[in-house]
Amino acid sequence: MKLKDTVHFNWYKHLFLVLLLAVCIGASIHVTDADFGEIYSNLDQMTSFMKRFLNPDFSYLPKIISPMMLTIKMSVVGTVLGVLFAVPFAFLATVVVTKNQIVTTIVRFFLDVIRTIPNLLLAALLVAMIGIGEFTGVMTIAVFTFGMVSQLIYEAIETIDYGPIEAAESIGANKVQIAVWAVFPQILNQIASYTFYALEINVRASTVLGYVGAGGIGVILNSSLALLKYDRVSVVILLILVVVVIVDGLSEAIRRRLA
Amino acid sequence: MIIFDNVSKTYPNGVKGLSHINLTIGDGEFVSIIGLSGAGKSTLLRSINRLNDVTEGEITIDGVSLTKAGKKELRKIRRRIGMISQQFNLVKRSTVQKNVLSGRLGYYSTWKSILGLFSKEDYERTKDALERVDLQDKLHSRCDELSGGQQQRVSIARTLVQQADIILADEPVASLDPVTTQKIMKDLQNINTTLGKTVIVNIHSVELARSFSTRIIALKAGEIVFDGAPEELTDERLIAIYGRKI
Repeated sequence: MKLKDTVHFNWYKHLFLVLLLAVCIGASIHVTDADFGEIYSNLDQMTSFMKRFLNPDFSYLPKIISPMMLTIKMSVVGTVLGVLFAVPFAFLATVVVTKNQIVTTIVRFFLDVIRTIPNLLLAALLVAMIGIGEFTGVMTIAVFTFGMVSQLIYEAIETIDYGPIEAAESIGANKVQIAVWAVFPQILNQIASYTFYALEINVRASTVLGYVGAGGIGVILNSSLALLKYDRVSVVILLILVVVVIVDGLSEAIRRRLA
Repeated sequence: MIIFDNVSKTYPNGVKGLSHINLTIGDGEFVSIIGLSGAGKSTLLRSINRLNDVTEGEITIDGVSLTKAGKKELRKIRRRIGMISQQFNLVKRSTVQKNVLSGRLGYYSTWKSILGLFSKEDYERTKDALERVDLQDKLHSRCDELSGGQQQRVSIARTLVQQADIILADEPVASLDPVTTQKIMKDLQNINTTLGKTVIVNIHSVELARSFSTRIIALKAGEIVFDGAPEELTDERLIAIYGRKI
């Protein structure tokens, strides 16, 4: 059997791809001055960090429970607020109900802009605007959720069954009535499911919001790191991990039941 | 009374849906529209509640121009015209009650309908309508739990609570079995004779058209090629309509 009769018949193309990738990786290492040697030369520092990090100071746990609860509360309130605003905007972002391409284009552009702002930058901007505190965290999560969920919802709206819309139109229903009676019931489950999905992401994301002053467990994480209390850092991270796993599990179970 | 005055419809891609239709449909008639697929049956039916616009001519319903109506007038005209379609067009995730009640939307303000503030009479109307189509026990069932025939009866109940004088049915029985088909057609006939509503049906089955309607209109390439009583629809005429013996 000849090589060209096997699955490797275009081996030279694959070889070329591998070489190309190698060149790309080499070039980026060179350009960014990445030095893998540094990992070895800093081994001492790493071991001293790991030593403390791997000995969590569990006596610190009671002190971080209430900031953690605060973080969860922030995520819940922020998620609910974000979804509440996302629903009407999602309707405006499709032509399904409005039949108005101009409104859709403008609203989608606005949503795109909101989505491009990274979470932490958004928090930093809001800290500058509103000030330090939990409310800023809530607002950050709300805006972030709004951007994400509105897109998910308008994509859901575009996949509905158009029959009920036609029926409502033929009855003499106006656009709001069509949205509420013909479209909304069809996407209600998906909205609920996306809400829990957003909550899942938000609990994870909100833990670091404290970094820029937006309140919650992140503040503790930040100060422990700054004070080099790595035994405390590891307790905080462990607690975050436990909470995230619980919230993920709950949300997944609920979403499965909704589907 | 529905009057088509020299109505034509050309689709944006140049396809002629209707051409020079002149037609008068009186109150209380049971009209069947027959013809090949693509002959313009749906276009004709859907132009009666302006789900598609016509490009030429005028349609009037009881002297009110449909083609010239503004948004508000159109809503008012549409509430008087019920529509039933092959796909039932129900919100499948909602209950039967919600679907039937939605037939009243044209009578409610936006705010009242958002909050679902329907009047007691309308809840009564819903119950009565469901009784008429034999579904009174399904009030709180979700529509996706119902069979095709039951769903079609829900959509008929919806036009009943709408208190429409005209009922348009676009292939109402095309996806149903023969027994259910008879039931649905009888329901429509019953509505026509006891409530005096005008019924206009698009239908593929010539047999059903003959046995249920008082008048048959045949379309071919967007033109009316037959308009008369079922007895007048002879086999030769059918050949002219469908292009071959059926």
